[in-house]
Formats: sequence, structure tokens, C-alpha cells
Amino acid sequence: MTELDANSAAGPLTLLFGRDVTLAVGICAMCGTTGPLGETVMYGPAPGTVLRCPQCSNVLMTIVEAPDRLLATMPGLRLLSVPTGGTS
Amino acid sequence: MAGTAVFQRLTWLPATVADVVTETPRARTLLLAVPGWPGHRAGQHVDVRLTAPDGYQASRAYSLASAPGEGPALTVVRVEDGEVSPYLVDVASPGDRLEVRGPVGGYFVWEPAPPYRPVLLVGGGSGVVPLRAMLRHRARLGDTTPMRLLYSVRDPASVIYRDELVRQADLVTFHYTRTAPPDAPHAPGRIDRATLERTSRPAAEEPIAYVCGPTGFVEHVAALLLDLGYPAPAIRTERFG
Repeated sequence: MTELDANSAAGPLTLLFGRDVTLAVGICAMCGTTGPLGETVMYGPAPGTVLRCPQCSNVLMTIVEAPDRLLATMPGLRLLSVPTGGTS
Repeated sequence: MAGTAVFQRLTWLPATVADVVTETPRARTLLLAVPGWPGHRAGQHVDVRLTAPDGYQASRAYSLASAPGEGPALTVVRVEDGEVSPYLVDVASPGDRLEVRGPVGGYFVWEPAPPYRPVLLVGGGSGVVPLRAMLRHRARLGDTTPMRLLYSVRDPASVIYRDELVRQADLVTFHYTRTAPPDAPHAPGRIDRATLERTSRPAAEEPIAYVCGPTGFVEHVAALLLDLGYPAPAIRTERFG
């Protein structure tokens, strides 16, 4: 598996969420590190995309593209905060 | 803003290789013709999918090398045991077809906007590709945001976009890691704190840095930038390999 960063996971992430989420901020459930998904470490591309915490390597999210669906897990995210452009 | 867009449709689009530019013995730029290409921002990615005659498919993410307003272009460096890059670097020719999905990504993106913070681009090897898109974007707009590129590269023969970067000598600093030309102002080696400090605007001007390259390079540079007073949110990184 090649180690990349999550900016190169933007394709599968956009496919899953319907919008760009590389700027969305996640909190690692293992160590509490907080940061944008674009700074997480990605392993891939085959057989799927794995996003890991840059500090503790906890698996935050996995995405597998099957021919007719996406199979996603988010085992290591305590929170994912996705900006919507609205006013707070 | 792509980050606030409503639902973004993302489908594979047929693409045709329109032209090929040899950058170095190991790197080529492919200019693609993509009907329906929606345009892109400087620093964004595209996923590229190849299909073999037997139906086997492989896809990879590549940074877009061209500026917004230009057609999509990829600069690909051959990974010797790679599945996709040897085809793109050694085989693909004008008229060949592939598929692209994108543009994607809103994090490692630059566009001129208030408060026009000075920009330091630091690229290692092929990590220069998305940074070149940012430099080109600035030049095409005639934008005056302070921007400098520090390009760490193994030796003079490995420099991608040589002519274009040499023409912008006031904006671009080459840093050689293995073999430097005789007129280089430094001995070959890793980028050090003093080099970054010389290239960057002072921390008081609140510069923002975009760092792209292999993981070890990115982590080394990011740590030096933190030490120079860049707050972590002002350092955007993109790693590969």
C-alpha cells in the first residue's frame, strides 16, 4: 500500500459525501487529534481508501468503491464537522 | 466555493490525450481534451482511470498541472514498479483515450483572496506540480500576491518545467539535494531552516505555506516552518509515496 495524503482521497470522499470534505475537521477517537481530513494520511488506492490519523495512525475512515455502491466505515472518528457555508 | 457547493456530481468523463510534453527523462506532461470539463482551481486533483483490453481497471489521483482556465493537464513522473505511471510516461500518445473524474479537493488549493497573505510554495520532486498550477494561476491573473517557490530537486536534470521556472527567477529558488550545478549558491543537501527563512516572508506578515512532496520531505519542512513561527493552520501539506 502506498502512503499518500487525504487530498488524493478527494475523489472517493466527494463521491461519498456529495461535496468536498477535505476541509471538514475530524476528531480522532483514539488520541483526540483534531484537524482537516486533507491532513490525514491515506493508504490506497486498492482495494480501497483508508484514512489514518497523522499522529497515532488510528484508522479514521475506509471507503471501498464497488461497481454499484460505496462501502464506507468511520471507526476512528469521534466527530466530523463539515462546513456548509451557512452562518453560525 | 467548492466547499459549500450543493451536491457535486462526480462521474468518469472520457478524455483524449491532446498533446504530450517531455519534461525530464522520467516525467511527461499530458494535455487532455475533456468534453464537459467543468474547470478547476489551482492545486486540485483529478482521478485518472485506465482500462486494459481485458477490462482490468486501475485508477490513480494526480494533481492538475495547469492553471484554472486552461485545459486539464497532468505531469506524471514514472514510478519504476508502478501500474499506471509507466503507461502515462512512456506509452500514452496524442489520440489515446482514458477517463478522468474531477476536479476534486478544496484543501490544498490557492486562489487570490483577501487578506492576500504572502504565499510560500515548497515542493519536493514531483511535488512541484500543484505548486506550478498556483504560480501559473497568479501569473495569468496578473495578481500581485507575494509568492515564492522553493523547489527541492535531486539534480539539474530532474527539474520539471525548467524553462518556465527559470523565466520567473525572481519568484523561484532551486534547491538541489544530490548534485548542484557549479553556479549554485549552496552545496547539495536537504532544505534547512536558514534556506526556508531566506525564502519566506517574515512570520509577522502572516504568510501561508503549501508544502508538497514525499512524506519525509513534507514532515521535515513542516517542522521547520513551525519552528519559524508559522502556526499549524498556515501550513497546508500534501504528501505522496
